[in-house]
Amino acid sequence: MLLTLSTTDRSTNSPKMEHIVIIGNGISGITTARHIRKLSDHKITVISAETDHFFSRTALMYIYMGHMKYEHTKPYEDWFWKENRIDLKRGFVESVNTAQKSLQFADGSSMNYDKLVLATGSKPNKFGWPGQDLDGVQGLYSKQDLDALEVNAPNNKVCQRAVIVGGGLIGIELAEMLSTRGIPVTFLVREESFWNGVLPSGESAMINRHIVSHHIDLRLGSNLREILADENGRARAVVIDETGEELACDLVGLTAGVSPNIDFLKDSGIELGRGIKVNRLLETSAKDVYAIGDCAEQREAIGNRRPIEAVWYTGRMMGETLAQTLCGNPTEYKPGHWFNSAKFFDIEYQTYGWVFSDRNKADHEQHFHWAHEDDTKCITVAYHKDSRLFLGINTFGIRMRHEVFDRWLTEGRDVDYVMSHLKQANFDPEFFAHFENNINQAFAAQLQTA
Amino acid sequence: MSRVDKSMSLAGGPPVAMKTGQKVGTLLGLFGLGILTLATFNVSLPNQGLWLALALLSIGGGILVYSKSLYKDTLPGIKNHGVWLKSVSSRGFWAWVAGIALTGFYIVLYFFAELLGQGSGGAENTGLIGLFDPLSYALKGQPASQWFVYGTLYTLAILAFGIKFIWKYRHNSYEKIRTGSVMFFQTVFAFLIPEIMARLNGDLPYYDLKNVWPLNYYLFDQWNVDGLLINGSFGLTLLIWGIASILVITPILTYRYGKRWYCSWVCGCGGLAETAGDSFRQLSDKSRSAWRVERWVVHSVLVFAVVTTTGVIHSYLGDGSQYWFSRGTFLIAVGVVLTLLFGLIWKYKRHELKKDARYGAIGYLVIILALIGLHFSAASDNLLIFQTHEVRSTYGFLIGSVFSGVIGTGFYPIFGNRVWCRMGCPMAAILGLQQRLFSKFRITTNGGQCISCGNCSTYCEMGIDVRAYAQKGANIVRASCVGCGICSAVCPRGVLKLENTDTQGRINSNDVLLGNDVDLMDLVNQR
Repeated sequence: MLLTLSTTDRSTNSPKMEHIVIIGNGISGITTARHIRKLSDHKITVISAETDHFFSRTALMYIYMGHMKYEHTKPYEDWFWKENRIDLKRGFVESVNTAQKSLQFADGSSMNYDKLVLATGSKPNKFGWPGQDLDGVQGLYSKQDLDALEVNAPNNKVCQRAVIVGGGLIGIELAEMLSTRGIPVTFLVREESFWNGVLPSGESAMINRHIVSHHIDLRLGSNLREILADENGRARAVVIDETGEELACDLVGLTAGVSPNIDFLKDSGIELGRGIKVNRLLETSAKDVYAIGDCAEQREAIGNRRPIEAVWYTGRMMGETLAQTLCGNPTEYKPGHWFNSAKFFDIEYQTYGWVFSDRNKADHEQHFHWAHEDDTKCITVAYHKDSRLFLGINTFGIRMRHEVFDRWLTEGRDVDYVMSHLKQANFDPEFFAHFENNINQAFAAQLQTA
Repeated sequence: MSRVDKSMSLAGGPPVAMKTGQKVGTLLGLFGLGILTLATFNVSLPNQGLWLALALLSIGGGILVYSKSLYKDTLPGIKNHGVWLKSVSSRGFWAWVAGIALTGFYIVLYFFAELLGQGSGGAENTGLIGLFDPLSYALKGQPASQWFVYGTLYTLAILAFGIKFIWKYRHNSYEKIRTGSVMFFQTVFAFLIPEIMARLNGDLPYYDLKNVWPLNYYLFDQWNVDGLLINGSFGLTLLIWGIASILVITPILTYRYGKRWYCSWVCGCGGLAETAGDSFRQLSDKSRSAWRVERWVVHSVLVFAVVTTTGVIHSYLGDGSQYWFSRGTFLIAVGVVLTLLFGLIWKYKRHELKKDARYGAIGYLVIILALIGLHFSAASDNLLIFQTHEVRSTYGFLIGSVFSGVIGTGFYPIFGNRVWCRMGCPMAAILGLQQRLFSKFRITTNGGQCISCGNCSTYCEMGIDVRAYAQKGANIVRASCVGCGICSAVCPRGVLKLENTDTQGRINSNDVLLGNDVDLMDLVNQR
């Protein structure tokens, strides 16, 4: 070759075909693979120890509840992968050798890569509780966890009571799941009110009441002391720390958050913190190794975001970003305005921009809270108390338009503008009752009394 | 492990097991069906009116008791618990039992009405149809027919299961109002008005005002047209209403609201699918191959319907002395209208059409023009090599009976509740083309909030892979969408909304996922 191309050549059609290996077939890894294929002809291999095909992790609950079968949770039909030349490999990567650029599998085989993407997601937290590894104790994250739940709690005869430890999004989902099979649930929440590290108090209190209305035995301000075993090494009861009360149960769900799934990298030399340390290009400390999704930890937090974001949408966005970089167009991960959503039993929740909990909010963050008398709808609008700049909104039981709030946040609208244009943001189905007038009356009343 | 509960019986634990009220409701409904079965086998029931009332009330009441028991202890919200665990809604044993029973009923209804007791040649009705005589006399002063029996049971099913549906979706105003609408149109337009019109004017053919050609494929049959015309200006008005419905009213309403105004608000087939068929909506096939089959089959039926109707009208028009125009002018008119229509679509919309749809359109236009041209040159009563009346009866048998009834409804528990609407209905095909090409209707995706869970696709009765669009942030503008609104209802993240707004940007082929910064979206959208 007479002319050596610079490695920083930015043309999107890289002349050299590389083997890009992605560990993890969740939303982050799969999004990366799809976008690499859109942009290039690189050879792509996606490795998973969990399932043969990509499925929607967020839909696991619906399989147990009988809303869907596993097949329905696959966003792409099985022909998709071959048609798009994305190779799928089922296997467990035991270690990564960054010097040799090779992966070693649990079955003894190995694979070489040119570029490696780590998208291995999370695993449920365990905080060293006595008995946390007994039979009948499990988290809810993977397909295997779901399979285990079908064994541990198939019905209310095998599982006469379940105890859930940890009051977050997975905990409340697990409570809903078990209740659909008529299994009595005790829900231990460390905080004095459900998810009040994230939600302002009015919302958190409404969700407490909603949980109880679904006949869940909600125990606020309660911690797990230990899990007791029967003679077969199976969980038979839990002990509550505060009261010493012993609760007989057949299933203990551990849902006290998740942490990055990175144990297999301990000896790889790749720099690890709580997660895999990455810069804004999503590069790890090792050459040609990248990390995205739940398992990645930003060296510096971006805006108000946490360094590790275990959220569906951020995983997808990192995947889209990294595909650009891998196809010769180095692109920084620059997420736009924060948004998220969840569902608490029957109440949908959406958030746009930043609304902090009473515990975490700054002095300048003022809240306007409106609640409907039926106790299933409320909103909280956060704004700067001096400049009146709109900071964000939490909405429960009322659907709002992502696009509109994203635009208002970009435009730097003040709270008065947002409130007077709230109708534009409504996304509820046709013929639904509207509450903008009630909300604005309450807002005006608050201004007069403030 | 042995602890996994694989039981698919109705006697499992919640949510599969039936509560006491559900069992009572089921028994009550079976009791009502039992009376009808006894009547079918000519068990003599004195005081028929009373027994008929008892049977209908038991069936309707049984459905209501069942529904109340199912929903009374639940809070409002989506409760599809156990749908895929229950045998009857997941193609299990009971689904096959129900499917075979329904299919058998349709075969008897369409082809062996004498088994139901239809009296022929002036003989009195016996059996099941005889049981319905008192109600038929009360409504229209004539004995019942198999179609009266069917219409009564059909209306009862839509009303009772409609109430169940409203109960199930009581948190959702769109679903409540829409279901009220199909219940109203079935009861008043399909059931009461035609029977009362028949009472007022015995010669008038049964005419369901909301049943538009080509769904109502016999509208232009000679017996029907003559039947209308001999009734003077009233009949003529009905005929003009029928023509205006397809040429003027449907395009305007579909432009403004999408085809849902018909398919899931007015239509009787849709009405039954949305109410009695609601428990089977998740069974529709969402695969790409099913979509390919769907497009060919449903548009072929449309071509078949157009050719048949053209041939039928052509065969009785004659030289123009009996009706207003001759067969020659009629054929030229059809040719001109189709060519104009096709020309306009080609000029303005060919970029929006996918490649295969374009091939299909061209192919079919050629076929139709060729048929007409060939026929124009020959002066017999033939459509090419076929006898016109044979083509017409083949259409009636294949499409009108087998497809819409036996397969369309009989196979609810196996193929889902909208097989007919999706694969076989020529009306749905026309409205679908209008909806895809000239409408303000779409399902909007809410930015980047989709989590790809699949509830929308699973519960789409038309087999649309809604998620494929939602997870890209793209609007859903599909010809087959009947706008039932269930995808929006079951979405756990508030991602989907049915809307009629600007046609600008309605079909956004670019992925518009929010959440990323703008630069990246520009890059992603560059191809």
